[in-house]
Amino acid sequence: MPDKIVGNDFGPPKAGPKDGLQGGSPHKIVGNGFGPPKAGLHIEIDGKSHPVKAGENLLQAILSLGLDLPYFCWHPAMGSVGACRQCGVIQFKDANDAQGRVVMACMTPVAEGMRISLQGPDAKAFRAGILELLMTNHPHDCPVCEEGGECHLQDMTVMTGHTVRQYRGLKRTHRNQDLGPFINHEMNRCIACYRCVRYYQDYCGGDDLQVFASHNHVYFGRQEDGVLENEFSGNLVEVCPTGVFTDKTFSRHYSRKWDLQTAPSVCVHCGIGCNTSPGERYGSLRRIVNRYHGEINGYFLCDRGRFGYGFVNGPARLYQARSAETGPLDVSTAENRLRAMLEDAKGIVGIGSPRASLEANFALRERVGAERFHAGIGDAEHGCLRTLLDLVRNLPLHLVSLREAERADAVLILGEDPTQTAPRLALALRQAVRNRALAIADELGIPHWQDAAVREAAQAEKSPLFIASPAPTRLDDIAARTCRASPRTIARLGFAVAHGICPEAPAVMGLTPEHEALAAEIAQALTSAERPLIVAGTGCLSEDVLRAVGQIAAALAAARPGRATAVHFAVPECNSLGLALMDAQSLAHAAHTIESGEADTLLILENDLYRRADRTTVDALLTRARQVIVIDHTLHATAERAHLVLPAASFAETEGTLVSSEGRAQRFFAAMQPAGDSRDGWRWLGPWPCLDDLTRALADSLPVFQQITACAPGAAFRIAGQKIPRQPHRYSGRTAMLADIRIHEPKQPEDTDSALAFSMEGAANDHPPALNPFVWAPGWNSNQAVGKFQDEAGGHLSGGDPGIRLIGDGAGTGLPWSVPPETEASIADALRLVPLHHIFGSDETSMHSSAVAERAPHPYVALNPEDAARLGLAEGEEVELAPDVWLPVKCLPGLAAGIAGVPAGLPDLPVPVTAWQSWKPNKPGDETS
Amino acid sequence: MTLTSDEIQAILREARHFPHPSAAAIEALNVVQRSHGWISDELLQEIAELLGMSPAELDSIATFYNLIYRRPVGRRVIHYCNSVSCWMLGAEDNRRHLSEKLGIAVGETTGNGEYTLLPIVCLGACDKAPVLMIGDETHFNVDPARLDDILGETGAP
Repeated sequence: MPDKIVGNDFGPPKAGPKDGLQGGSPHKIVGNGFGPPKAGLHIEIDGKSHPVKAGENLLQAILSLGLDLPYFCWHPAMGSVGACRQCGVIQFKDANDAQGRVVMACMTPVAEGMRISLQGPDAKAFRAGILELLMTNHPHDCPVCEEGGECHLQDMTVMTGHTVRQYRGLKRTHRNQDLGPFINHEMNRCIACYRCVRYYQDYCGGDDLQVFASHNHVYFGRQEDGVLENEFSGNLVEVCPTGVFTDKTFSRHYSRKWDLQTAPSVCVHCGIGCNTSPGERYGSLRRIVNRYHGEINGYFLCDRGRFGYGFVNGPARLYQARSAETGPLDVSTAENRLRAMLEDAKGIVGIGSPRASLEANFALRERVGAERFHAGIGDAEHGCLRTLLDLVRNLPLHLVSLREAERADAVLILGEDPTQTAPRLALALRQAVRNRALAIADELGIPHWQDAAVREAAQAEKSPLFIASPAPTRLDDIAARTCRASPRTIARLGFAVAHGICPEAPAVMGLTPEHEALAAEIAQALTSAERPLIVAGTGCLSEDVLRAVGQIAAALAAARPGRATAVHFAVPECNSLGLALMDAQSLAHAAHTIESGEADTLLILENDLYRRADRTTVDALLTRARQVIVIDHTLHATAERAHLVLPAASFAETEGTLVSSEGRAQRFFAAMQPAGDSRDGWRWLGPWPCLDDLTRALADSLPVFQQITACAPGAAFRIAGQKIPRQPHRYSGRTAMLADIRIHEPKQPEDTDSALAFSMEGAANDHPPALNPFVWAPGWNSNQAVGKFQDEAGGHLSGGDPGIRLIGDGAGTGLPWSVPPETEASIADALRLVPLHHIFGSDETSMHSSAVAERAPHPYVALNPEDAARLGLAEGEEVELAPDVWLPVKCLPGLAAGIAGVPAGLPDLPVPVTAWQSWKPNKPGDETS
Repeated sequence: MTLTSDEIQAILREARHFPHPSAAAIEALNVVQRSHGWISDELLQEIAELLGMSPAELDSIATFYNLIYRRPVGRRVIHYCNSVSCWMLGAEDNRRHLSEKLGIAVGETTGNGEYTLLPIVCLGACDKAPVLMIGDETHFNVDPARLDDILGETGAP
């Protein structure tokens, strides 16, 4: 294996960051030289020369220059099709041409010396005419339309100067559809730009949203009423330039964008770390929208992340401290009770949380001591994360960002179903298989933004994607090969791939001929690719699978000296990796410490232990502990058994740092004041006056976190002496909104933890990207204003994409070759349990959102139909999964033989599949084992 | 309504001409419409399944084309062109005459199930406008008097 890795396939990380808490702007650590460097092309726009990038189209170039040009159908992530005709400009054929001709900017490549006019009277008249035509059927319903105030169509209408309607004819009307719990449908507003179907079909691979009929009657919808099935349907809300598709969860408590108080935040519903802008009004969280990040989520979120916010205002939300004996407590009584209990404790066991910030976990760790600080995750997951970190630290692995994943030209997924466990990653992989199409386009000289031409040239050609998983996945439709097997067999396949790439890696004995052939094919594809990528994770809870990924990565690095191997490990929760980096003890250790009497008090931070281990174990632990204290924002089974429950702020009300599965530390900020008596988790635990002190203490005590202070500017940061307002300058009703309670206008709450203000006053411009609560620019009220905050259209944020990568830079020098696992023993009429993940269902907090819960499956035990027949089990028949837990059988064609799939993390299925144990189905009437 | 085995065979025969069965979508719709007269939701589902498409995908194609009918129509459909040339040269007079003569508005079918009246965008014969189609036959330079002749010929009520 190579001694020193000099690079990865996606460009080397840049030099070290500086301490952002000092008040400096955040340092951009990750930036890749995507595509060719800017060539020195110049074009003349209205008589003035401008530098542009070769290979771009004119619209991209114009917007990247910061100029305004109206458009509808073009989207930076989806390229050009020239459908809407809105971006017309005048192009002159040479220096003498005074008349020129109208061209569509989005369909015209830039060329050296090109002369165009944006502002010429003919150009403006053309665009005004197109807009007027698009508006003939658009209703005058802005005042009752939820898009109003952040509508791209409104912005473009104003931009073209179309202020008086001449059309007096009838407007065509449509019947709207019920598209499920996430999306409203109002087709009368449609201007037929085709963005929705291009996004839904071409970008996301969905096939249930279509365009019907023709000319003035075109209809964008489903074939019949019903749920939009794609996991990324929520982005239609932002992709649609007007109000055809709007957020149904937001409708229930709607507020205009200009009345929402927002903050830069990070999604808490999986480990990817998508950037979001949560919006608050009247003390409740109203919605989540995308916050652009050039390396992670780009323009798009998954539906779990967008619609899973309901827990913040949900019925199970904790607003008040409570004691098991006396019920609700006021704050000072709760503080005294906590102090008394901790003083009285004969040893405290602290249990942290992968859904709490680094700071909150660190505060707990400081309170109880490193030896008594526990991760609070299932032991199987704990083992997986330890193995994962061992690989990342010691092997030449480069943990890829999603933008990098999109560039991979061969992908192997081992044991993971990313659509369910790390949804936004799956969307990135769907773009990765298009690299073959882009290569074909390159051969033919077609620019990548010529979307229809690229697709036409490529037909069904795709870059290779191999998926080895226990159950069918939502990416199977784009896979070159799929393989359904048990986690052990998947691991063996992985080890065989490693051997195929590098013969020094040990061979795998006793593989089936099909698996031998598949391993050889995968090895060949990965070796011949320029940017191979391996995707795995903790999804099937198999350390063998993770070791196999490490082996493949090492083999590839050996075969390609000097190149680190691109890997992405999906992890289940928003701070799973951050918590793992704190080297906390396992839950079993916590149980042992309580059981042995070394400690008698449990201090549990933002964690429901019943999701982490089986009921008997947790019951025993909670019973044995003399004092149980829970700090959390939501009532759950563990909190119900606590002697003292302290209300914590949710992600929308607190601030801290999370480490994503990319190894990127990111700061999230409070969009609102903590509800009721709740407060930041760490404020219950320690003496830190403000967050920066705590962040710095963490950075100073654990070397791996040394750089986290640079994630975002600290609370002392000011722009011309001013803080950054969370409210838009048009925020309305501040003096009156609470007048029904108290006539005096209250003082705006102070924020001592960040450079953001709970106010509309402050610095309006030049926000560092990590501190930008929302995007707005003059004339650009919709989220498409983000173009004004990027280094180029669809590129990185000006000033650098936020976050600091802590690990996974490919610096590991190597581990000894790992020994492949043996074939698993046959277990006759028993089956092996594996967890099956669900984007809607497996995440704890999002299931408190009724819209998400509506999409979740009912508990089941999934069997391959042949296994079910062999065992005499029929669809729907009840079987006993664990003592007194009866579940219906679900026949799942394509599930690997010999496996029973159990949904992971459903609230009404408290038995976690913590390891893939063997299980023998009992039917009613059978003697229970 | 379900597909007959003849129809299924005919569709599969068409599908074999292409690398992707979905390329035969239009021909498959024609095959079914020839025998059933129109494409019901149930038939559409079946055809989509045969061609490995989602019903929405196939319906997107079916609804795009004027000559694929997604609702029941009469034995002969009158498609009168109402695009610019025909509109300037009397398409609306013809339409009014047809409505009065047959007792149906645009989109309706006569009580005896003989005629359905529908507009169409262009029949490619602007030099002979106004143009209309009755069943499979195209008629040029049509006016109300000529319509009386034609409908007489074609067995009008």
